[in-house]
Amino acid sequence: MPITQPDVDVVIIGLGWTGSIMGLEMTSAGLNVLALERGADRSKEDFLYPKPADELKYGVRLKMMQRPRQSTVTIRRNRQEQAIPQRHWTTFHPGDGVGGAGSHWTGVLYRATPNELALKSFADRTFSPGFLPEDMTIQDYGVSYEELEPHYDFFEKVAGLSGQAGNIQGEMIEGGNPFEGPRKNPFPLPPLPRTLTDTLFTKATQALGWHPYPYPSANVSGAWTNPYGMQLGPCNFCGFCSNYGCLNYSKASPQTCTLDALKQRENFAYRTGCEVTRIVKHEKGETVKGVIYRDADGNEVFQPAGMVILASFPLSNVRLLLLSEIGKPYDPESNTGVVGRNFSYQITGSMDLYFKDHQFNPFISAGGSGQVIDDFSPDTFDTEQHGFIGGSYIYTTQGPGGAIGALRTPPGTPQWGSEWKKQVRQHYGHHMMIGTTGTNMSYRDVYLDLDPTYKDPHGDPLLRMTYDWKENDLRMTEFMAERMREIVAQLQPDYHTESVKQRGDHFDPSSYQSTHITGGAIMGTDPKTSVLNRYLQHWDAHNLFVMGASAFPQNMQHNPTGTVAALTYWSAQHIRERYLDNPGPLMSPS
Amino acid sequence: MSLDPEGQKRREFMRDSLTVIPAVTLAPSLLFSQTSDAATPPLHQYAPAFFNAEEWEFILAATDRLIPEDEHGAGALTANVPVFIDKELNGDYGQASDWYMQGPFHPNADPVFGYQLPHTPAALYRLGIQGARHHAKQKTGQEFTDLSSEQQEALLADLENGRADFKAAGIPDLPSATFFAFLLQNTREGYLSDPMYGGNRDMVGWKMLGFTGARASFREWVTQHDVPYPLGPVSLAGKRG
Repeated sequence: MPITQPDVDVVIIGLGWTGSIMGLEMTSAGLNVLALERGADRSKEDFLYPKPADELKYGVRLKMMQRPRQSTVTIRRNRQEQAIPQRHWTTFHPGDGVGGAGSHWTGVLYRATPNELALKSFADRTFSPGFLPEDMTIQDYGVSYEELEPHYDFFEKVAGLSGQAGNIQGEMIEGGNPFEGPRKNPFPLPPLPRTLTDTLFTKATQALGWHPYPYPSANVSGAWTNPYGMQLGPCNFCGFCSNYGCLNYSKASPQTCTLDALKQRENFAYRTGCEVTRIVKHEKGETVKGVIYRDADGNEVFQPAGMVILASFPLSNVRLLLLSEIGKPYDPESNTGVVGRNFSYQITGSMDLYFKDHQFNPFISAGGSGQVIDDFSPDTFDTEQHGFIGGSYIYTTQGPGGAIGALRTPPGTPQWGSEWKKQVRQHYGHHMMIGTTGTNMSYRDVYLDLDPTYKDPHGDPLLRMTYDWKENDLRMTEFMAERMREIVAQLQPDYHTESVKQRGDHFDPSSYQSTHITGGAIMGTDPKTSVLNRYLQHWDAHNLFVMGASAFPQNMQHNPTGTVAALTYWSAQHIRERYLDNPGPLMSPS
Repeated sequence: MSLDPEGQKRREFMRDSLTVIPAVTLAPSLLFSQTSDAATPPLHQYAPAFFNAEEWEFILAATDRLIPEDEHGAGALTANVPVFIDKELNGDYGQASDWYMQGPFHPNADPVFGYQLPHTPAALYRLGIQGARHHAKQKTGQEFTDLSSEQQEALLADLENGRADFKAAGIPDLPSATFFAFLLQNTREGYLSDPMYGGNRDMVGWKMLGFTGARASFREWVTQHDVPYPLGPVSLAGKRG
């Protein structure tokens, strides 16, 4: 029999960005809140100079990440293939411990555009009937840009967002992104200083008639005190950003922006090393009554709670819902059920440009530093004539910051010996990358379920991804490769290499793609096609709320964190203003 | 078989490295400077914790071929790369303590699924060195470590290209190319990671590349475009390279 802990008002599963934001919101509403975090606490050990400046530990051995030994995923590209476990992370990097993925993210902080949040409606009014592939299952989020705008705005203040607005209340601002949704306010802080790669990219894309703007960065450009009274210092371009904790209190993270404010509250507590293995349904069926977790000593514990907020990484959210048998699992055969449905990922591509006469000093880099164009977004040009729905932003960023990950040689060079050394030495500091980060639509046979073979150390099934690149998305990224080649032609490097996908290619998880994993527990307005309603409340258990990018019905081109945070504040607002006084479903099915 | 004098010297060094010998008898390139970090003793003073004597000789010879000492900068031996590999294999990495290592294993799965062998890195090195030595014996009649640089390079290329038959060495489930990929990756890591891990002695790898180590503060340099950065590396221990 499990140990039973005293009841709490709210239990939060996972203490990253969304868990800590919900912690702040729910404690502000006067509730007693307990957060359960599977990983370890992360405080100064991973953030104090010079400790993060350790490429082997963080960049190569990935010590900020979830340990695959504890939990990993299996991957197959179609329903006939044997799913194979990720034995160590290659294609994406799920975070671990207090702070979650928010501790090691890059710090690129975007909003969705109005049309991305209502993509199906946009497609229906834009494209010829029958244009969308039959197996494409894109949907609207069920929440509008106007509804999310105040929450984006607030989180951008929490994170000290640095950059240049392009559209303030309909007024277009030179140097910003003209394709973004209207903002109520300017960015809290100006853009980061411009690197050599930024200036080269700006010149090339302006010559092509496009609209370059600075990456919206949560590596802050100046000193900032956020609404919780927490302070950030100006980014010093240390070169250790993605996969690393920030050594300079410059990258917005739960550690720098939310946790210390939260920990001071008397009605908040958290326990680490506590892995939630089940959310427990109430016998009467319309609610949940708490969670079961394994504590750091291996004891099984029942934690009763009035409300459960599931706030772990998207893959873990979906797995826990499936293990807990809450919501009907998705079945691609009959196209029924919802949990695991509309899983999507990200379509990326890159080109590497070599300039003998440029000196880039790649160790001078910040994750959120870069220059971008949005001229080829889903709604900025006629994609139908090119045979796809979707789009990509095209960007450059200086780096890579480390040494092991920065080894570049021309095609055909030996990978060891004197010739390799000579080439590595000649090439270091002379490369510039440009890349695309693109939409990924959702499809009927792309989904998540429980693996029938592989198990975690507790004997619970691992999550299984069935995922492949599809014709529509490959056409989109082929189009973007052509745009990148136009930029390359402007920049005239000595030579360049390409890493781009083409029609006919299949998902290749052997190298890093992106950690922007979305879907599987999506939001919407119809319980037949979504797990959550538009307030991130579970359709089948009104006191269960599920945060994170698992709610996205398909993936957008822009990085997810801004939208993840805005949705969390949106959900919290409706819990505080409506749910607490009158617990029950916050909406009826449409 | 031709033996180049340099190769001869190297082999002597490798044997000597198993015992403590005075630094003055070493080739000049292997001498360490007076500013050396005390935490990283020179290679000849290091007693391997993971590798046995024969394995250690193989690792010394192989890493010396992968990153040789030459006009482009320090080699793997000067950088103490073998010390790094020994320490890594003797620790968490060697035991795959973060990796998912439950079966069933599908070693013949499409390579896009990444590493799928049942071996920990430690076990993989034991088998791989055995296979590589067997391949050298089959092909040349001699130990890998007794061969010339050119012959060793040819044998390593066999490993890299999957042409070495490890099955003939009684190792059914390790492609030679997989062993080579680990050896090459770990050699690069030992050359370019912080000296506290045992390699990159005196930051020679970083100096070869032009990397700044843990300096990690460049605010005033961001807007100085096309200007070479003038300062050398620093290590996590605060030493200057």
